[in-house]
Amino acid sequence: MLYFTRWKAAAIVLTALVVCLFAVPNFFPEETVNSWPKWAQRHLVLGLDLQGGSHILLEVDTNAVRKDKLEATRDDVRRVLRDARVGYTGLVVRGNSVEVRLRDEASSATALTKLRELAVPLGGLLGGTGQMSLNVTTEPGNLIRLTVSDAAILERVRQSVEQSIQIIERRVNELGTVEPLIQRQGADRILVQVPGLQDPTRLKELLGKTAKLDFRMVDTNTPVEQALQGRAPPESELLYSSTAPKTPYLIEKRVLVSGAELTDAQPGFDQRTSEPIVSFRFNTAGARKFAQATQENVGKPFAIVLDNEVISAPVIREPILGGSGQISGSFTVQSANDLSILLRAGALPAPLTIIEERTVGPGLGADSIAKGTMSAYVGAVLVIVFMFATYGIFGLFANIAVAVNVAMIFGVLSLLNATLTLPGIAGVVLTVGIAVDSNVLIYERIREEVRAGRSPINAIDAGFSRALATILDSNITTFIAAAVLFYIGTGPVRGFAVTLGIGIITTVFTAFTVTRLIVATWVRWRRPQHVPI
Amino acid sequence: MRLLRIVPDDTKFDFMRFRRISFPISALLSILAIGLYFFHGLNFGIDFKGGLLMEVQSKTPVADLAKMRATLSALELGEVQLQQFGGPSNVLVRIAEQPGGDAAQQVAVQKVRGALGDSVEYRRVEVVGPRVSSELLSYGVVGLGLAIFGILIYLWFRFEWQFALGAMIANVHDIVLTIGFMSLTQIDFDLTSIAALLTILGYSLNDTVVIYDRIREMLRRYKKMPMAELLNGAVNQTLSRSVITHVTVTLALLALLIFGGQAIHSFAATMTFGVVLVGTYTSIFIAAPILIYLGVGRGGDALTRPESDKGK
Repeated sequence: MLYFTRWKAAAIVLTALVVCLFAVPNFFPEETVNSWPKWAQRHLVLGLDLQGGSHILLEVDTNAVRKDKLEATRDDVRRVLRDARVGYTGLVVRGNSVEVRLRDEASSATALTKLRELAVPLGGLLGGTGQMSLNVTTEPGNLIRLTVSDAAILERVRQSVEQSIQIIERRVNELGTVEPLIQRQGADRILVQVPGLQDPTRLKELLGKTAKLDFRMVDTNTPVEQALQGRAPPESELLYSSTAPKTPYLIEKRVLVSGAELTDAQPGFDQRTSEPIVSFRFNTAGARKFAQATQENVGKPFAIVLDNEVISAPVIREPILGGSGQISGSFTVQSANDLSILLRAGALPAPLTIIEERTVGPGLGADSIAKGTMSAYVGAVLVIVFMFATYGIFGLFANIAVAVNVAMIFGVLSLLNATLTLPGIAGVVLTVGIAVDSNVLIYERIREEVRAGRSPINAIDAGFSRALATILDSNITTFIAAAVLFYIGTGPVRGFAVTLGIGIITTVFTAFTVTRLIVATWVRWRRPQHVPI
Repeated sequence: MRLLRIVPDDTKFDFMRFRRISFPISALLSILAIGLYFFHGLNFGIDFKGGLLMEVQSKTPVADLAKMRATLSALELGEVQLQQFGGPSNVLVRIAEQPGGDAAQQVAVQKVRGALGDSVEYRRVEVVGPRVSSELLSYGVVGLGLAIFGILIYLWFRFEWQFALGAMIANVHDIVLTIGFMSLTQIDFDLTSIAALLTILGYSLNDTVVIYDRIREMLRRYKKMPMAELLNGAVNQTLSRSVITHVTVTLALLALLIFGGQAIHSFAATMTFGVVLVGTYTSIFIAAPILIYLGVGRGGDALTRPESDKGK
């Protein structure tokens, strides 16, 4: 156990040294490190609990996705039956399906064939599931039921999450913050982490809005009072203004142009009134539609509707042919700015709900770093002194091994670009405890072997070989606990699991190599007549 | 230099005889802990209960709790708890989960921010909705179960089933007592507590495995030695290591407890209780003696044979 070939010793020293060196970038300021070669730039990332910032977990509203899908299916059915000239008496959404009652039985076969064409296989190109998006069944009384499968909803939710991530990225980048992290979590969730953000109110406003913008006509054929009494015509709906006092408007459901056809939106000021406005430009198709609609409706009011609220309802004074325009409607500079960000980024496919929010201010983060480091230093000093008092020169060896161990932990963490959290620092402190234990196990074993009457070198050799098996066994059990923690934990707890897990690996490594090498070198140099522990 | 020697060489304490006292005491304490859990309950933190938690620092040197309480009560957000946290100007505000799902929590946090305004610095704001909190709790419980199970499988594979079972009984005993401690002290029970429980589990096992390793070694070497004597020998031989290791871990934990600050205080306190007080006791007084009852290595079963004989 005490004999090392020259190359083996060199390999051990080199490995430990290289791993330790990876920790070096953490001691230099960010700007200095950025000028280094790419491979040398890896460094620790401070967790949000240490550097401050906002963590927001969003969930796609599955019910809204389901409702959208059902309504789209209902509209499809209406279109298909109209095209096929099939008469029907009722068309409703009920539960998870769309139900349509045909006028006479004769048309049933035609209707079924046409409606079955609406169902598409799920799973895209891979198509592994063989499931269809719709399940078309007939029931007595000329009733056809189209059930939207759960798999189709799930697929839609998945797509929504993907689209939403892109849109959120565009929205958050407009905030000009450093390195926001936006990633999918589970099937229907999105995690947004913005380091350094102190007040997430504005971020939440940007994330919480669907930003579905429509240009629609105001229904002037029916008085608003009638709609307020609940007798709105089926092709129109009652919407309210976005600003107080909430004014009711009767707006046609038909959309002239939607926000999806905008190419640009910018905040600005009205030249006459100098109040904040948002100016926008349509793409070619949108510009054509908008020009046609405004030509046909000169003198009539139309409405700009954002997330089912009327922002403004101006009267069309003249046809707007240039494909650009402006929205004014009691904006502040901030809200005009936010709206143009939202319009540029695009509408979310489904509403997002904030289900978790954690924000740490910079003051607390700095405090945590200071206290974490302080306790780490104090812990280290106490342990070093105790080990030296207990084992003398061997205690010194142990302390060197533990120092190498801690440096290696930071090296590996940097190499992985891992996140260091406050519990992570606690993990390092506890690793010091575990690392010391491996040395204690070895030394106690050596003491026993000496008492059993072995010669010093024999005792040291036997002490190592017997203790190492135990060290392996005991560390694997702790490692299992760390692995489980990593698997179930989020954020700070995961940070703890990472440092603990890495700490166990480096502990086993140093016990098997570094400590052994130090002791072996000492033995060769001093040729001890007795073991000084 | 004279070296510090906490445990003298060749101790011969009769740990096994002590089991007639330690087993009943442990059983009693476990029942007490379970009783505490059911009748006193755990102080579930925001992670598992949902709601709002804010750590604010008043811009005046001493926070005016009464005024703050009046301001927040006026918002009618249900139960509002205020607590001084760390220093005289730091206040921890806790507001129970609002009825009305995830969106309602967000409305509440806006209200609180609006009411407190710029009079305080927001050091920490946490809002956990009802769905996330119930998930986190089930994750925590599943994780704990998974860890115990994984370790059990490993020990079964590495030792014999009697050892795995003994270690598991010792484990559950640790967890139960620590939960009892958390209930008694009403420490916030949150995700960090689960981390603490898992670490206690790891540490305690670490200890148990060291003693079991020695027992296995002795079982191979001394085939005729009476079981109680053998177990005593194993515990005594590893006693010095147990004590020294625990002193170092305790030193590290005390540093965390005293200098780690409020954010880590409950974690450090739980760990100190679990590792320092319970973990060591369990390995020596529960995990080792229980092997007597589980029938380890008597009468030439697989364990007393050297490993190389297996499978022949």
